Amino acid sequence: MSTPHVPPPLAAGRLSQAEYARNFADAHPPLNATQALLEAERCYYCHDAPCTTACPTGIDIPTFIARIAQHNLRGATRTILEENVLGGMCARVCPTEVLCEQACVRNAQEDKPVEIGLLQRHATDAYFARPGAPLFTRAAASGKRVAVVGAGPAGLACAHRLAMLGHAVTLFDDKPKLGGLNEYGLATYKTVDGFAQKEIDWLLSIGGIEVRPKHSLGRDMHLDALARDYDAVFLGLGLAGVNTLGIAEPVDAAARAAVDFIAELRQAATPAEVAVGRRVVVIGGGMTAVDAAVQSRLLGAEDVTMVYRRGPEAMSASEYEQQWAQTHGVRIRYWGTPQQMLVADGRVLGVRFARTALQGGHLVETDERFDVEADMVLTAIGQTFQAQPLGVSLALKGGRIATDAEGRTSHPKIWAGGDCRHGGRDLTVEAVEHGKLAAIAIDKTLRA
Amino acid sequence: MADLSSSFVGIKSPNPFWLASAPPTDKEYNVRRAFEAGWGGVVWKTLGEEGPPIVNVNGPRYEALYADARRVIGFNNIELITDRPLQTNLDEIRRVKRDFPDRAMVVSIMVPCEEGAWKAILPRVEDTGCDGIELNFGCPHGMSERGMGSAVGQVPEYIEMVARWCKHYTRLPVIVKLTPNITDIRHPARAAKAGGADAVSLINTINSVMGVDLSTMRMSPNVGGMGSHGGYCGPAVKPIALNMVAEIARDPATAGLPVSGIGGITTWRDAAEFIALGAGNVQVCTAAMVYGFKIAQDLCDGLSNFMDEQGYRSVAQMVGLALPSITNWNQLNLNHIDKAVIDPDLCIQCGRCHVVCEDTSHQAISATKNGQRHFEVLEEECVGCNLCVSICPVPGCISMKALQPGQVDKRTGLVVSGEYANWTTHPNNPARA
Repeated sequence: MSTPHVPPPLAAGRLSQAEYARNFADAHPPLNATQALLEAERCYYCHDAPCTTACPTGIDIPTFIARIAQHNLRGATRTILEENVLGGMCARVCPTEVLCEQACVRNAQEDKPVEIGLLQRHATDAYFARPGAPLFTRAAASGKRVAVVGAGPAGLACAHRLAMLGHAVTLFDDKPKLGGLNEYGLATYKTVDGFAQKEIDWLLSIGGIEVRPKHSLGRDMHLDALARDYDAVFLGLGLAGVNTLGIAEPVDAAARAAVDFIAELRQAATPAEVAVGRRVVVIGGGMTAVDAAVQSRLLGAEDVTMVYRRGPEAMSASEYEQQWAQTHGVRIRYWGTPQQMLVADGRVLGVRFARTALQGGHLVETDERFDVEADMVLTAIGQTFQAQPLGVSLALKGGRIATDAEGRTSHPKIWAGGDCRHGGRDLTVEAVEHGKLAAIAIDKTLRA
Repeated sequence: MADLSSSFVGIKSPNPFWLASAPPTDKEYNVRRAFEAGWGGVVWKTLGEEGPPIVNVNGPRYEALYADARRVIGFNNIELITDRPLQTNLDEIRRVKRDFPDRAMVVSIMVPCEEGAWKAILPRVEDTGCDGIELNFGCPHGMSERGMGSAVGQVPEYIEMVARWCKHYTRLPVIVKLTPNITDIRHPARAAKAGGADAVSLINTINSVMGVDLSTMRMSPNVGGMGSHGGYCGPAVKPIALNMVAEIARDPATAGLPVSGIGGITTWRDAAEFIALGAGNVQVCTAAMVYGFKIAQDLCDGLSNFMDEQGYRSVAQMVGLALPSITNWNQLNLNHIDKAVIDPDLCIQCGRCHVVCEDTSHQAISATKNGQRHFEVLEEECVGCNLCVSICPVPGCISMKALQPGQVDKRTGLVVSGEYANWTTHPNNPARA
């Protein structure tokens, strides 16, 4: 009689290659040409279209859809990319169900919006497959130099627009690869086939953008020097810090930040390399929590539970995203906040939660407790802006950089955008808009 | 259950739906399938004179015009009349009529404009036991180059002459099929009547080029690189056909002449509209070519349910019921005032009505109210043109409401009189009576 095999709590390679391939294929497969045509014909070409108003970058959506219907995919792509240079990625990651598609008038008529996101992907995929002549060219050189710090969506959008406007851009990033969250923060199944890097290669092909990866602000260069040496500086720093649970956490690879887990998976040559628990608990209620939970399941975790401290309607992951998690076998428990890591012999056994409730509009812990057994705990309770690398004093608000609507900070030569800027919704598409608007404002200032 | 049976110029059929003379009625196999599927009658694909058979192209004979979702709304063909031996067709017609005695079997004929040619073929056609003949004076492609088809239909004197020959050489009812490729449809219809024809059928197809293949810069459809105009039909031609049917029905010279309505009929509603404008029965081709013969059942079922709901007992009862509503423009009531009304509960806020009214009409639809997106008709600007109704994607959302006598038209400030007054007596008409 053989002893039953007990797998180690964390293990890579839980699945067959075929299962990994299936699980990490395109989450939302692209439309084929027929589907795209049929879907494009559903667009009513609204006047002053609500979808365009709802798009943070203001893409003229009826126009790009009409161009798809007219077999003019290049024209459609120009319409998309001239407002949102990362329109290819946004077509994959935008929560369209709470943005453009929520505003579609077809909802009122038949409860089914035009699939704007998939159509945007159809047009941009066709363009990126065969770009042909450049869509955008550079204006005459202005003689001005702008430093862009952070090559995430905000920094990339800003750099591209500045280059278009004729300025010389130096683009810094502390990571070895450009892209920011596009490269390190997105679920693997949202951007298959190396799309993030392909898009960046295309974006940089406009010219005039000097790239300096592995350059960390406050270590390899300093903001005061950048502000002195360049005509303007744009900060797209993102959120470098992660919130901690505020309870004792074991030093164990099995208890980690969800963003690190997601980044590891994105950077892995194959998902088979990434270790995951058999039973995983994810603490948090945002998109990061959903991505971590779903990908845990896809890596072969048998039992994945998300625990969120409030009810479903308060979750920053939309209803659609919650359902996405649930259809992947993730259990979502609401009204729980972590009390204590359950640890034995230095190994995580689970988390004890206090049941929460609303009392007079305030969230309170009740005396009730529940345990969720887990051999892996992923924390996704928000990220924070780290101000110390700035070195110079910029006005902050709510812990992030305070700016005007165009992204101008309290320093006359420094602009900021993306998640590091106060007042946003932490959306890729919004970061792109920040970068674009800041570039336009910088251009105006430098030419004044 | 409404009685769908039809008697058109004495030709009986269990329903008023005949397949028009066209590719679907070219041979026994197809016509048997059609009758099995429920068609009331067929007009057999046009027979030519005895001799070497007609030759067709072996490249594209058809091409379609599409609406959204690739739905066919227009269709064109360059197929000629039957390309099978005359005797083969005659034998098949005889057999099928024998096996389906309750169905209408009408034979379409196109031979040269020589009395001898008609004299030769008519007895052989009559001998099949068919119920009537249709003279193909309509096909606009191919055969017209040889002095037949629409080349005849465009010369009223020829129509009259040939109709007279036919009435002389056969006892069968004679239906003259008219071409729409003519300035005024009333003239060929009058000629048919003058020649003694029992009925006219219309419309045949319209001269058409479907498009250009922009990658090769060649017209389409083309046969090995060269194309020729075809005959256009399908749903998109229905309004043209309806007008022509009504023109003949309300022309005093031809009023009462039986009309077999043809042109884009796809649904029972289309058929009912032709009948309401004076058609005694209808013929269908494109819809059968696009969807197959089974649609006969939908046509019959829809018309029957409609008639039951409305209390019509027979098709004959409906013929021409809408004709009195058609008149000349100068008889329209210029004192009638309509205003568009948008139902806010149905409005989906697409704003199309606003932009088209801004760009085409009278700037009579506002786009905001209290800073919110909201579409509302400004009665003081609205002329009742119906553009907003026409383009609104939501059925019933925008409607036209008539001002009642005594109400003030906010656009003109005038009280609606309720009196009928038309252009002939209008003060602005320099030629008023």
